[in-house]
Amino acid sequence: MAADDRFTEDYRGRREDGPVGTRNEIITGPVSDWAADFSHLEPAWAADPYPIQDDLRQRCPIAHTERFGGGWLPTSYEDVAAIAYDTDHFSSRAIIMSNFRPPRELAPVGGSPPISSDPPFHHDARRLLLPAFTKKAVARQEPATRAFCHSLIDAFAGQDVVDAAADYAQHIPIRVIADMLGFPPEHGPQFREFVEDLIEGINLPPDDRIARVSRLFDYLLAQVHEHLDDPREDLTTYLIDAELYGRKLEPSHVVGTLVLLLIAGIDTTWSAIGASLWHLAKTPADRQRLVAEPGLLPIAAEEFLRAYAPVTMARLVKEDVHWRGADMKAEDWILLSFPAANRDPAQFDRAGEVVIDREVNRHAAFGLGIHRCLGSHLARMELRTALEVWLERIPEFSLEDPSAVRWSAGQIRGPRTLPLRIR
Amino acid sequence: MKVRISSERCQGHGRCYDLVPDLFGEDDQGYSRLLGDGTVPPGKEREARLAESNCPERAIEVLEET
Repeated sequence: MAADDRFTEDYRGRREDGPVGTRNEIITGPVSDWAADFSHLEPAWAADPYPIQDDLRQRCPIAHTERFGGGWLPTSYEDVAAIAYDTDHFSSRAIIMSNFRPPRELAPVGGSPPISSDPPFHHDARRLLLPAFTKKAVARQEPATRAFCHSLIDAFAGQDVVDAAADYAQHIPIRVIADMLGFPPEHGPQFREFVEDLIEGINLPPDDRIARVSRLFDYLLAQVHEHLDDPREDLTTYLIDAELYGRKLEPSHVVGTLVLLLIAGIDTTWSAIGASLWHLAKTPADRQRLVAEPGLLPIAAEEFLRAYAPVTMARLVKEDVHWRGADMKAEDWILLSFPAANRDPAQFDRAGEVVIDREVNRHAAFGLGIHRCLGSHLARMELRTALEVWLERIPEFSLEDPSAVRWSAGQIRGPRTLPLRIR
Repeated sequence: MKVRISSERCQGHGRCYDLVPDLFGEDDQGYSRLLGDGTVPPGKEREARLAESNCPERAIEVLEET
């Protein structure tokens, strides 16, 4: 067999002659009117987006902004669901709302398939990955995840106050995905930087942003080479060997999917674990009930996912369209807020409350339609295991200082600083 | 009582096989499948309705026999 030469040249260089994307003026600063100037990157949104979303849902319900080159924010469950299902009018070519739109020629593959892909290519790219992320497949990671959670709590010995976001929640998805991809676990701190660069560094100057994204691609290309030299039973080798339409994947597909797999599972699950612990720390009745009835935890975890859904996606409008009262232009962003959908009183009873034994819970935390989160079974396993171990080991805990809790801005929302008193 | 899964709508969220693992299972891609012929055993009616009412894609239908 001939050596795999797909990754031997810098394949990214070949794109330089190709189409380029478009950049818009970066607008930052406090929001005066959320209905006409929204920004999910401002501190007010990060601190507490729910009153803003509730207000918009009542009076708009689709907000607009001139920031990011123009975009829309639907806030009702019905509108969010309709857009998630409507791949004719809304493209996933870019799914992080920023000041850069990748070239239209990138569709239907996008930069990180399949999350960035549109039909019909999407289905084929997704099919390659689904078997590795079934409930049964991810259950194989559970014993190691549980042991790792215990080791993190062992390290709390002697401390009265710990940061549950930085010292617990953060490490769990990083370790799990490093194991699945076959990346060295000691590179975890770098993964956190990659996540911040990609998801939170939206409003940085273009050159800075390009440099940061390049660092991630350089890292992944180096990992691909490690795996070419030393193939193993992991997702990286699987992707290198995978075939679509009778041939190996394009190098940009392999690396783009690695970006997705590395980034998408980290701050999302970290946020879900952190937000759940935050809720339990400030709600003793719920905490005591889950300690007494551990069997309720899977149901409660679904409610935490509904009420504190960490993930908001984005779409790009394909062509000018008058959509449910909004004059959408081609290339406008849609900020697809699953958190807002999950708190719509038209869809959920007591939508603004956390009801840990909620029986009917059709929440959209993992999205709706063809882009249902590929890692949802993995995320659920990690969330459930992390909470089980924590409640078993630390049944009594409380917020040390509510004003010290810091939430991330942008499309992935969760606590990044969460000081808890544990004894 | 019977249950039916719409394979057109199912996206593999797995709420049904999480909640009612004796009626629903997953295929090798994570999509839901019926473990039997869809007949709900006596005493399992509540579970069947639970799966229906928790499916985010509304892919599960409970059919009351007349």
